[in-house]
This record gives sequence, structure tokens and C-alpha cells, in this order.
Amino acid sequence: MMRSIFLAAGLVVLSLPAMAATPAEAEAAVAAAEAVEAGAIAAKAAWTTTEANLTKAKKALAASKWDEAKAAADEAAMLAKLSIEQANEQKTVWRNAVFH
Amino acid sequence: MIKASLRYRSAVVLNVVCALLLLAVAPVKAADKIDPEADRKAMQAYFFAKFPKVAKEDFANGPYAVNEEMRKQWMEIMQFPPYEIALDEGHAEWEKPFANGRHYADCFENNGEGIRQTYPRFIAETGQVETIEGAINRCRVENGEKPLDPMTDTMAAVSAVMSESSRGKPFAIAIPDDPRALAAYERGKEFFYSRKGQLGVSCASCHMSSAGQRLRGDILAPAVGILAAMPIYRSDWGNMGTSIRRISTCSSQTRALPLEPDDEEYRDLEYFLSYISNGIPIAGPGARP
Repeated sequence: MMRSIFLAAGLVVLSLPAMAATPAEAEAAVAAAEAVEAGAIAAKAAWTTTEANLTKAKKALAASKWDEAKAAADEAAMLAKLSIEQANEQKTVWRNAVFH
Repeated sequence: MIKASLRYRSAVVLNVVCALLLLAVAPVKAADKIDPEADRKAMQAYFFAKFPKVAKEDFANGPYAVNEEMRKQWMEIMQFPPYEIALDEGHAEWEKPFANGRHYADCFENNGEGIRQTYPRFIAETGQVETIEGAINRCRVENGEKPLDPMTDTMAAVSAVMSESSRGKPFAIAIPDDPRALAAYERGKEFFYSRKGQLGVSCASCHMSSAGQRLRGDILAPAVGILAAMPIYRSDWGNMGTSIRRISTCSSQTRALPLEPDDEEYRDLEYFLSYISNGIPIAGPGARP
């Protein structure tokens, strides 16, 4: 009996929609993504997809679509971090690809 | 006696370890040495072996040299070269005097004729690489004119005039005995081999072992000779473009955010690509899909 109750409760929790982002959270996410992307641009490592997600996030922010803005900004921040990691890695790894 | 034997054995082991370490380190040192001429010979030998039926000078024609089907289409297109209108505009611009009465020709040795094959050049005064478009803009600025945007077809048209006068002249890029010039070459080489963009692709990924293969609608050009036909009329653009415009497009295609057109990294890349093409004739202006 108890097992069924826990199982039902778990399913209810899983089926709940994700917590909606607040305006402050969305704005913070966009600012954070912009900061990481600024680092990627300075390192000449930026990706076009990061820029596209940032643009999408800012448009959503302007349209008061907080969830959409936060999701796109989080995606942009992740891509920006990956682009910086790629550039740092390639500083040494490129030599392995050199044709002799 | 026993101590002496142990000392001898230790010495032998130490010598063997040192020798192994030296063997391990030596190839790395050789590979790290900046030797542009060794790179050029190795790259050209690789492509000449990869495409044994392609004549050396034909590498100036990029994808058309390595794909028979595209070559046939190109030969038909070249009955009426699509860059001719832009070339005419370039000649008009070339002949037009600046506000101070001087001309482009006054800025270059031999009036700018037959010298394109020596660009990009390393400029000792600035310690940087200067492309042909950079030299054109320097000429403009020194004569009180505004620089042209290197991404525009106007710049490509002026550049085309200089390329046309060098047609058939083999690339003769010099790397002076200056550590800054060697460093610039090496940075260009690093750019060529570094994976970039969200797709994680390097210039070498497409233009070394994959050269001659089809990537969606395009045939990938070999790295050697890849800038020989610049500037190009590109059907995809519908007008003329400089090598920097093409390189920027490559960046976008890998989903990397293109750098500023006159960024040092792009200029160094051109220096590297042009140097490894030494001996391949200039064929610009050219046409590409």
C-alpha cells in the first residue's frame, strides 16, 4: 500500500511542469550568458550558435517570455563555455594534426 | 667488488634511461621547429601524389583541377567569365585619381603590375603581415582616402586588377629572416590545423585529406593553390569577393563567429596558405560555385 502511495506521489511530481522562471532569473541568465560570450569573443573562440541563442534570449526577455529567455540564455552560456574549452584545448592539440 | 658492480649497473641503467628520454624528446623537437620550406615541400608532395594526373600549375584552379565534371562546367562558364564586369569596374577605379591627384599605381613598385604573387608580405616596420587588400587600403589612407571594406566587391574589383596583371606568375612569398615573420607563419599554420566552430572543423579537415571530395554541393579544394585564383566571383554570392570574404564564409560554415576582416589571425592564415603555394601560378580573378 505504502509503495503504491510513494509511486503515485513520484509520478505526480514528475508530471508537474518545470518551475516557471521569474523576470529576475531570466535577466540574470541573459547577463550571465553575455558575460561568458564576451570572454569567448575576446578569445576569438565564439560560435554563431551562441550568438543566435543570445539573440533569441534577448528577444524573449523583451517580450516578457521569461521561461523562453532563461532557456535560450542557459543554452547560450553552455555553448560559450564549450567554445572557450575548445579554443583552450586546441592551443596544444593542433600540433597533433600537422601533416609532415 | 660488489659495490663497483652495482655502480656499473646503475650507470648502465642511467645511460639507457637517458638515451630513451632523448629518443622520445628528439622527434617532438624536430616537429616543433618552424621550417616553412619543409612544410611547403611536404604539402606539395602530398597533393602531387594524391592527384598524380593534375599538373602542378593546375592546382591554381582549385576544385576544377581535381574534379572532371566540375571542370567541364567551369570551362563552359569561362566562355563568358562572370567576373568581367567587376574587373572592368576595378580598372575604372584603378585609373581614377585620388583627390590629391595620385593613383593606386603610385603606391606600388612597377606601378602595381605583376607583383600580386608576392603578397601577403611581412612588413618589418609594423611587425605584421600585410595582404594585397591591406596594401591597397594603406595606399588609399596614405593618399587621404577612406579605406575600403575588405568584404566588399569594390575592394575585390581593385584587387582583381592586380591579380590579373600577375596571371601565370608563380606565388613567391618571402619569409624574411625575422623571428616575427616566422611567428606569423606559425600562427597561420596553427589556425589552419585548429578545430573551430561548433562543428569542430579545421581548415585542414576539409582541405587536406578530404580535398577533392564532395561536401554537400561543393568539391573541396586542395590547400595548395587555394588562394591562387583570388579574388573570385562566387555564384553563391552573386558578386566578387576577396580571400578574406571567403575565409570568413568558411568560418561561418563551421559555425564559428567570423573575426574582423583585417584580424591578424586571418592575415597570418593567408601568409601560411600562400607560402605553401609558392611555385603555383596566380590565376585570379577566378570563378567558383
